[in-house]
Amino acid sequence: MSARAILGRLLGVIPTLLITWTFVFGAMRLVPGDPVLLMLQGTPISDSAMEAARAKLGVDRPLVVQYASFLANAAVGDFGDSFRSRQPVTKLIAAEFPKTLELALGGFLVGVVLGTTLGVMAGVRPNGWVDTLCMTTALVGLSLPSFWIGMILIQVFATQLGWVPVLGSGWDALILPSITVGLFLAGGLARLTRNSIIEVMGQDYIRTARAKGLTTVRVVAKHAMRNAMIPPLTLLGIQFALLIGGAVVTETVFARPGIGKLLVQAVLEKDFPVVQGIVVLTTGVYVLINVLIDIAYGIIDPRVQE
Amino acid sequence: MSAAVSDAVLPRQPSFFTRLLGAPGAVIGTVVIVVVLGLAAFAPYLAPYDWNATSQCRRLAPLSAEHWFGCDLFGRDIFSRVIYGARFSLAMGLTTVAISLVFGALLGIVIAYGGGKVDRIGARVIDAMLCFPPIILAILIVAVLGVGLVNAALAVGISGIPRFARITRAATLTLVARDFVESARAVGATHTRIVLRHLLPNLAPILIVIATLDLGSAVLFTATLSFLGLGAQPPTPEWGAMLNAGREYVRYAPWTMIFPGLALFLTVMAVNLVGDRLSLILDPRQRDRS
Repeated sequence: MSARAILGRLLGVIPTLLITWTFVFGAMRLVPGDPVLLMLQGTPISDSAMEAARAKLGVDRPLVVQYASFLANAAVGDFGDSFRSRQPVTKLIAAEFPKTLELALGGFLVGVVLGTTLGVMAGVRPNGWVDTLCMTTALVGLSLPSFWIGMILIQVFATQLGWVPVLGSGWDALILPSITVGLFLAGGLARLTRNSIIEVMGQDYIRTARAKGLTTVRVVAKHAMRNAMIPPLTLLGIQFALLIGGAVVTETVFARPGIGKLLVQAVLEKDFPVVQGIVVLTTGVYVLINVLIDIAYGIIDPRVQE
Repeated sequence: MSAAVSDAVLPRQPSFFTRLLGAPGAVIGTVVIVVVLGLAAFAPYLAPYDWNATSQCRRLAPLSAEHWFGCDLFGRDIFSRVIYGARFSLAMGLTTVAISLVFGALLGIVIAYGGGKVDRIGARVIDAMLCFPPIILAILIVAVLGVGLVNAALAVGISGIPRFARITRAATLTLVARDFVESARAVGATHTRIVLRHLLPNLAPILIVIATLDLGSAVLFTATLSFLGLGAQPPTPEWGAMLNAGREYVRYAPWTMIFPGLALFLTVMAVNLVGDRLSLILDPRQRDRS
């Protein structure tokens, strides 16, 4: 992939972000009620103080000006102050972000290892009992409510057996939440990997490898896996959305601090600047990750040009 | 998924239902769905207690002959509440999928049929909307509309529109280029007629497949919002909301969360099993894969 193509992909992010952020701006303006009253939550206010507060929030300006300033601020990561804690939204998010990242990476690891293993085992001998077993497991993963399995994991492994702590900042406190996030990811990934493996195993070069007398394990590990993993891996960008979703729920189940918990709390407390900030940030990260994967894909697989 | 009945060796094309029930998973799934629908329809006759009557038993009482699934914090019979919960799960899932399907398909057809600039801009907007992780988009919509069961269903439904629109657009684009659309236009058919009589019937199989494949996650998704406290509110016996309410007492009374969760899991699993089978039968591309 040429530098020009890479630059093109990166620049292509701008219109996308513009559309998503415009949607967020529009949605926030549809919230019923005056932002100042929402901020005060029923505290009485005089007319003059109200005017001052409106001017301070900038909601007395024409909509176009508000829109422009929203975009300009969003671009530099300024989302104003939280209605509740009165702290800058960016600061709140920055404090919670590493926690969510940690969880997302843990879940990613569990999901990829489990999903790939199931998918390869199923795909090597399609329609056999191993395939049925692996794919049923994958479907269970997709069907399990992550909040439910999270609670069961806590109950069994933390409360009853006492193997891992429920709370805490150590790595052992990350095991159960990672499994909770990873299970859902694994289900989808296993199905993709299976289809991909089946397709690759039918190729001529696999027959050649077999004809050379290589063992099945070697054929799969050395020859099939490399090509079969490309389609599922490109979809990992989309899987990132599942990781975010998983993190939102898992943080609530495990009472872990993080972006997801902050978001749910903000919605319940009608803390709109925080909601807005998190939505803008997550879409931004999501778009960026997908573009980066897209570029990496182009570099890794020379068959993909443009 | 599992061994499909090979169409080629059969003397006659078997009926749709014979083929649908041709795999054990699909049979189990169908049975569970029928049971859930039965529970939903006959809940007042099947539930041994009033779902909202408190002090039926001791608070957080464990399982017993009188209360099969134990009791919750307010002394309500969990078995009765789980039965009533069946009324929400599939209904919520179907509503949300219907919203995504109708509006998504409409948007996709209009954009693709419109062609040219309409298609370019429309496709761009759809792609951008797909950049919202679905749960984030749904939570944003709940934030705007306010917390509640109906709003959560709306939010999940709306957040699915871009996905349906994209698939419908792609499918419509290939159809529009085909000869039969051209001939319909040549004989002077109106746009409405072409869309309704020529495009829609051809899109139906793929739309049905996507909708069924989506139903399981839609049920799960709405329950998730309720679990987060953004959907169904107490004392509604919705499974996700029941799990949320039982969260604090799991340590002392695990049955408050085991049974609503199990009901939700079995329902979603059943829908997914049937959806997989249905897509295998209806979607020719899928058939080759298995």
